Amino acid sequence: DGSLLFQQVPMVEIDGMKMVQTRAIANYIAAKYNLYGKDLKERALIDMYVEGMFDLNELFMYYEIQPADKKEQHFANMMDKATNRYFPVFEKALKDHGQDFLVGNQFSRADVQLLEIILMAEEFKPGILAKFPLLQSFKARISNIPTIKKFLQPGSQRKQPVREEDVPKVIAIFY
Amino acid sequence: FQQVPMVEIDGMRMVQTRAILSYIAAKYNLYGKDLKERAWIDMYVEGTTDLMGMIMYYPFQPADTKEKNLALIIERATTRYFPVYEKALKDHGQDYLVGNKLSWADVHLLEAILMAEECKPDILSTFPLLQAFKGRISNIPTIKKFLQPGSQRKPPTDEKFVAVVRKIFNI
Repeated sequence: DGSLLFQQVPMVEIDGMKMVQTRAIANYIAAKYNLYGKDLKERALIDMYVEGMFDLNELFMYYEIQPADKKEQHFANMMDKATNRYFPVFEKALKDHGQDFLVGNQFSRADVQLLEIILMAEEFKPGILAKFPLLQSFKARISNIPTIKKFLQPGSQRKQPVREEDVPKVIAIFY
Repeated sequence: FQQVPMVEIDGMRMVQTRAILSYIAAKYNLYGKDLKERAWIDMYVEGTTDLMGMIMYYPFQPADTKEKNLALIIERATTRYFPVYEKALKDHGQDYLVGNKLSWADVHLLEAILMAEECKPDILSTFPLLQAFKGRISNIPTIKKFLQPGSQRKPPTDEKFVAVVRKIFNI
């Protein structure tokens, strides 16, 4: 019925708009609720961090739908990228300024998305934060924010990891 | 993140294509006048990014899937993406996609159109408003200059370039 601008999901009805495109939606919500830094430069830094996280998220997201002969290599690659490319950047950021949040000493979308990517990584490898002490305390700290704590409990809108039996269905729909 | 592009700007070493573009757009007032205009610009830009992404990867596809991929690019361009922008221009009747003012979305769409025309020269044949849009935006002095030979604009990917890229990125 034309509700999906590019015939794709996600689509979120918000403030009279039928918004599509994940990043557009996330950008709008972040800006509206003051989770996007206080000026252009903080926003730039948040964007850089968040884009890195999106890249890692994509690797995680595509793992389940890899063909069997590619799965092992994909897994090794995504774990390598998490521990050698992405997590060190965020550990260093926290170390360099010694503050509780990634950017501007204030809670932002970068913190939310980092928590999310940490939790996803741990689903694949529970001890993945072993060498990242600041990320471990970051994880605990952000998880304790009341709204986030509630979201992480059973019964919330949070999606479960993809189940193996659903993978063929996903492939059939999207590929 | 050990990746390019990287742009040194305003004392920062910025990485991540979208972060760089967002910063430049906001700094030079190409990002709309308020949150809602920005939302529309973001939606449009993400759409053109998706289309340009398909075209970008096309030269690196294995030879046996090239024909199918080209067909898919053309199909997506003409049935998913271009109709949206044609309709946007039709609905408000203005010269620019958002807020009656030049924005990032217009520059990005022009680029996507030019890339698509490299795949199929007459790809805009059923999109009169996009044809006019293309003419209009191409004539903006700074853009017109950029589209002329001798500018920083990169040429289309050729076979030599493909070989170099494959080697560097191990694909």
